[in-house]
Amino acid sequence: MLRSLIAACLLLTCSLAAQAQDRTIQDVLQEHAEVIAQSSRKTIAPAIDAIAGSGLPAAQDVLQAWQAKDMWQRESDGLFFKAERVDSSTYELIDFATGESVGTADKGDLEQLKPNSGIRAMIGAALVQFQLNDPDAERRREALLAIQRDGEASHLAPLRASIEGETNPEIKALKETTERLLTISFDPDDAARVKAIEGFKGSLSLDARAALNPVLTTKIVPAEGLPESANVKRELRAGSPDLTVSEGYDLLVSAGVIEPQPSLAERKAALESHIENGAVAGVPLAELNTQDARDRAYAALAQEGVAPAFDPDFTMEAAVASAKFAEVYDEPSKAVTDAAEATLASINRAVGLNQFFDLSLDGLSLASIYFLAAIGLAITFGVMGVINMAHGEFIMMGAYTGYVVQQIVPDYTVSILLAIPLAFAVTFAAGVAMERLIIRWLYNRPLETLLATFGVSIALQQLAKNIFGTQARPLTSPGWLDGALSFNDVVSISYIRIAIFILALIFLGVFLFIMKKTRLGLETRAVTQNPRMAASMGINPDKVNMLTFGLGSGIAGIAGVAIGLYAKVTSELGSDYIVQSFMTVVVGGVGNIWGTLLGATMIGFLQKGIEWFNPSNTLAAQTYMIVFIIIFIQFRPKGIIALKGRAAGD
Amino acid sequence: MTMFKKNPSLMVFIGLLAIFTLAVTFMSEAYGTGALSTSFVKTLGKTLCLALVAIAMDLVWGYTGILSLGHFAFFGLGGYMIGMWLMYARTEIIVVESMANAALPPTPSEISDAIGTQIFGVVGSSDFPLIWTFAHSFWAQIALVVLVPGLLALVFGWLAFRSRVTGVYLSILTQAMTLALSLYLFQNDSGLRGNNGLSGLQNLPGADAISQDNISIWFFWASAFALLLTYLIAAFIVSGKFGSVIRGIRDDEARVRFLGYSVEGFKLFIFTLTAVIAAIGGALYYPQAGIINPAEIAPIASIYLAVWVAIGGRGRIYGAAIGAGFVSLVSTYFTGGQAPDINLGFYTIKWVDWWLVLLGLSFVLVTLFAPKGIGGLFDLITHRMSPNRHGLPLGPDKGSLREEEAEK
Amino acid sequence: MEVKTQFKATLASALFASTAIASGAMAADCPVKVGVLHSLSGTMAISETTLKDTMLMLVDEQNAKGGVLGCEIEAVVVDPASDWPLFAEKARELLTVHDVDVIFGNWTSVSRKSVLPVIEELNGLLFYPVQYEGEESSKNVFYTGAAPNQQAIPATDYFLDELGVEKFALLGTDYVYPRTTNNILEAYLKDKGIAEEDIFVNYTPFGHSDWSKIVADVVALGADGKKVGVISTINGDANIGFYKELAAAGVSADDIPVVAFSVGEEELSGLDTSNLVGHLAAWNYFMSADTPENAAFIDAWHAYIGDDSRVTNDPMEAHYIGFNMWVNAVEAAGSTDVDAVRAEMYGQEFPNLTGGTAIMNVNHHLSKPVLIGEILEDGQFDIISQTPEVPGDAWTDYLPESAVLKSDWKDLGCGMYNTETETCVQLKSNY
Repeated sequence: MLRSLIAACLLLTCSLAAQAQDRTIQDVLQEHAEVIAQSSRKTIAPAIDAIAGSGLPAAQDVLQAWQAKDMWQRESDGLFFKAERVDSSTYELIDFATGESVGTADKGDLEQLKPNSGIRAMIGAALVQFQLNDPDAERRREALLAIQRDGEASHLAPLRASIEGETNPEIKALKETTERLLTISFDPDDAARVKAIEGFKGSLSLDARAALNPVLTTKIVPAEGLPESANVKRELRAGSPDLTVSEGYDLLVSAGVIEPQPSLAERKAALESHIENGAVAGVPLAELNTQDARDRAYAALAQEGVAPAFDPDFTMEAAVASAKFAEVYDEPSKAVTDAAEATLASINRAVGLNQFFDLSLDGLSLASIYFLAAIGLAITFGVMGVINMAHGEFIMMGAYTGYVVQQIVPDYTVSILLAIPLAFAVTFAAGVAMERLIIRWLYNRPLETLLATFGVSIALQQLAKNIFGTQARPLTSPGWLDGALSFNDVVSISYIRIAIFILALIFLGVFLFIMKKTRLGLETRAVTQNPRMAASMGINPDKVNMLTFGLGSGIAGIAGVAIGLYAKVTSELGSDYIVQSFMTVVVGGVGNIWGTLLGATMIGFLQKGIEWFNPSNTLAAQTYMIVFIIIFIQFRPKGIIALKGRAAGD
Repeated sequence: MTMFKKNPSLMVFIGLLAIFTLAVTFMSEAYGTGALSTSFVKTLGKTLCLALVAIAMDLVWGYTGILSLGHFAFFGLGGYMIGMWLMYARTEIIVVESMANAALPPTPSEISDAIGTQIFGVVGSSDFPLIWTFAHSFWAQIALVVLVPGLLALVFGWLAFRSRVTGVYLSILTQAMTLALSLYLFQNDSGLRGNNGLSGLQNLPGADAISQDNISIWFFWASAFALLLTYLIAAFIVSGKFGSVIRGIRDDEARVRFLGYSVEGFKLFIFTLTAVIAAIGGALYYPQAGIINPAEIAPIASIYLAVWVAIGGRGRIYGAAIGAGFVSLVSTYFTGGQAPDINLGFYTIKWVDWWLVLLGLSFVLVTLFAPKGIGGLFDLITHRMSPNRHGLPLGPDKGSLREEEAEK
Repeated sequence: MEVKTQFKATLASALFASTAIASGAMAADCPVKVGVLHSLSGTMAISETTLKDTMLMLVDEQNAKGGVLGCEIEAVVVDPASDWPLFAEKARELLTVHDVDVIFGNWTSVSRKSVLPVIEELNGLLFYPVQYEGEESSKNVFYTGAAPNQQAIPATDYFLDELGVEKFALLGTDYVYPRTTNNILEAYLKDKGIAEEDIFVNYTPFGHSDWSKIVADVVALGADGKKVGVISTINGDANIGFYKELAAAGVSADDIPVVAFSVGEEELSGLDTSNLVGHLAAWNYFMSADTPENAAFIDAWHAYIGDDSRVTNDPMEAHYIGFNMWVNAVEAAGSTDVDAVRAEMYGQEFPNLTGGTAIMNVNHHLSKPVLIGEILEDGQFDIISQTPEVPGDAWTDYLPESAVLKSDWKDLGCGMYNTETETCVQLKSNY
């Protein structure tokens, strides 16, 4: 009885008076039970407003629980509770108003409310008023993020009021920035907006651009009949890059400035509807299989007055030639748009520069990945001259080693630290085995090495499929490699890529050290230059070849762990990199690690550069890169850094 | 007729091919007992085309020493060229038929638009790209089957040989070319229907009433005839003085150059000629396969081609043909799911899973222990062993000891 | 020749005698053969092997129930090895050498296009279980996967209505399904008033792994203050790199939601989903669907495959529905004859695993509900939206050339019927 009275009062919008003390948050929820259960962003707004505007202390709790998907509805009576999981099928119900448990319930009797992210954002926006002054700093930050995501005019006043009392300097700064963003969008006072806009000069923040761009939205209209007060950006004519002839034509037609000409399809339809005795306007049907004949028949129809007139000489260009168009801001205030244009121009310059940096970082990262994949090959192919088509499969073996280690050692950090030496050991052993069993018999037959190692490659690939299945396997990076190093909203690079870059640098160092400073390196260089002479000097070429090949393979294994971390672990992982790796080595110049480095850098940057020119088609970028490499090799067949003299081998 | 004298195997091959063709015909569903299903006749026809391209590969690799990893790309290009006409002509018939019922007789541009919509509607477009300009003409596309791969090979070969890119570098470069081509064709924007490729090629335009049983055997004959011609051409090329020169190039390029031969010219000729042969093989293969798409051109296909030739035996034409036929048929058998599983008690070997491992390993073994491949078996039979030269190695350095085929 | 006929006659009479004694007259030849045309090796084995196992399980179950028409069902498994021409060859082999009564198979569109001419020539019957791009209707194919209007369009509606997305990034792998789907979506979005410059399209190769530039581009789309959403038709392994990069860039589902059409439970098992919670996928089935039918299906699957960690997915449900509908249609027709079964298929009903009933329409597509799920930490999906059954549409309403087309194999007997000119454009499908 009382409840229906309250409901009636609400209907009469005498709610303020009627918000009696005994009205609980449950009542508010029940009033909107249907839309809450329906959970659609299109209809949910009244429910959220009612809860937020109820003035009840539990409102914040309800919204937070709802947002976190912790609110459940009991099916028997339709009441809403916050529920906490006891075990897989029992939940403890907590009353919102009292915050006390009202017993447990079976999961089958409960219905979880699952607001989608659109609704969650709306709840977040409604929560702002509660959270802006929340004692918990994290909540305050969340509220500010909610405003930045989904700001409303109503947020402006509470936000301004909360700045004064903010003690946390970091959040205070965030509040001030957010306040200026809101000012740009919602403040009625133009002067305040201009001031706020100018404050963002040169800022790289995405939010600043997101606030400024909507101020500058424009539309193109025919210049004629434009009201004096219109905030015109510029005048333009059809046929310019910003307004094609057909767009201009459509604008004029829809503005009623010119009469539309019947289109090809309309003319055809008119012809079809006037077929009489196997002819249209006297032209026999059989003759209507050319456009010329159809035009003649249509002209006759138009003459009869049964179809709209059509001028055969009509062109869109002529129709729009004399028309003027204007691009008009949606924002009426010229002061605001001028300030926004100026600020955005300065921002765009900064953004352009930073995008270039970002692209360079991407290129650098890709280069380091290619380098890492190719460095093992730089040893086996570059130094020893062995074509190892199974190199990609060594990379794959390394990645799978990482996966297996992670299955045994659950701690991601420890497992990665274990996986790296293990991957080296596994692929080193595989490399040595392959060198002993196959390659050493074929040192004089390089083309056949290619084919034999290709045989090994397909066998290993299929073997991996048989053991690990065809499904991709997870190789997860440790938590401290999650996320990205962000310089600003434009320039950022993920930590995992930085780690790969550092790894690549380390290997460059290791390679140089081994080749230049150790006995093995010296012997390797000697054996590759002249095995007989080296053997005469007491070097065992067999042993050196074996170790060198093992070293190259081992490095491939470590590269596999790194590549698996940032991409995927499948049996086809290796074949994705093999052609690129060979090209990296060949482009750079065989037998020189600096060449490989240069080759990887060139390929990485080139690919990113082409991607930048054609952002919608990454495949094209790869194609053109390979074509470029082919052409490059025609002109520098020995690569960027060509060996000279005896070391060149010919 | 030095050709026949130098190649005693030629007559044997021709004879065997003729017997084989007749046998298949009399066992086919269309003209014989029906012991061989149409799908198997198609498989055999395709295998003949593969043997054909393997002979081309043998010419360029086994005889001239250029390990090209791009010949399957030429093969695919040939397929694409004939496929364009097949698709266009087939669709044109359908479109004209359906438009015959329209109120107004269609204009030529309406027909062409409708064909475009039919062909490219599948990949979300409707306009004819420029490369389809000649698709309406059978003879133009037939010419393109030869011209496009031929020109590509000519330009690529000219650039590569001119820069003296040799050995494994050339292999990698041809592989890069193949990769670029397949990536290019994978793009929808390339105008050849991207990943979908050209399909329904087995339905010859205007031959709806003719059963695939008959069409398959016709293509089988055509493939056998083309294989025969290729074999004769290859035998002719390698038998004369020209053959000696290219073998010389294979064994020591520098020496041949010092003798005054234009090494680049010879290589370019062989490279282009084999590309054209491969393309013709492709033009016969894909109407039997029914569909061509960029995956066919991927670098791995060209490597497999080299594998066939190596297993069959390089440097002898019949070896290449045998290798291609043997490996592709055995592959079909083992991956077809028909081969019985082997139960080892603790583990059941499923051939579907283990066939590739076996193939890979057998390939290693062939390279290591039987560099002459299956063809080497015939040497055992005919006692055509290499001369037993103890003492001096062949040539000045071990490096030149690549192929021993000196005759008694 | 004479001997042969004579032998045949003897054999036939002997057979006739024995069957007449055993079970009375039965129209079908025992056993009833079901062809399974899924790749067991090559790149597609990753997805298709599961479907082969599903089919074997379904056949086993049906045999335990007494088979069909009193006959044992025999599954004939062949391996087309992810090689598209081989699909056509194997389909021909199944239909002519093994004489199968029906084929369940294919995953990729290109493999279907490869098989189509063969199936149509030999009047076979194919059940195709995967979501696809539509724009096709074959007399001999039943499409039990989703057409674009059963997956892409509802998901886009969800973006527009529920998430308030105003700017779209359509990311896809460069092949026919993403191309066509994105074309349809572009047309649809323009219909809905989204400007052309607010639609960003990108195509990447299969297995693409370097996503940094593309993710950065997507993030930068937010610069004009509009809410950005990503519609992903990225295929297979490439998703792993994409989601890893997305997680690394700190893109949360609240900022830029991603809805994927090719990412299911199977794909998520290849990566750590803790950073992807809240991103979306649209399917007709999720393993997490809470119905008794689904629980029974999952139990049966785990028991069959002998591994409780194996997931179920949408194409498996499609095969489940397709196979059961076929069995019912065969029983209704009293024979396995393709034309008779086809006639009985129209209007066949079978309960979905997600609740409700799937109906086979005259355009050879199912009516199925569309589900949208949010990725959870454990690699499963939380179903947050489920529509009533949506009838699949062979020809999309949003592309001008297709809007006028209609498929009705029952009454019109035409899969490509132009409703404007009222003519059948062609009887065979376009491939």
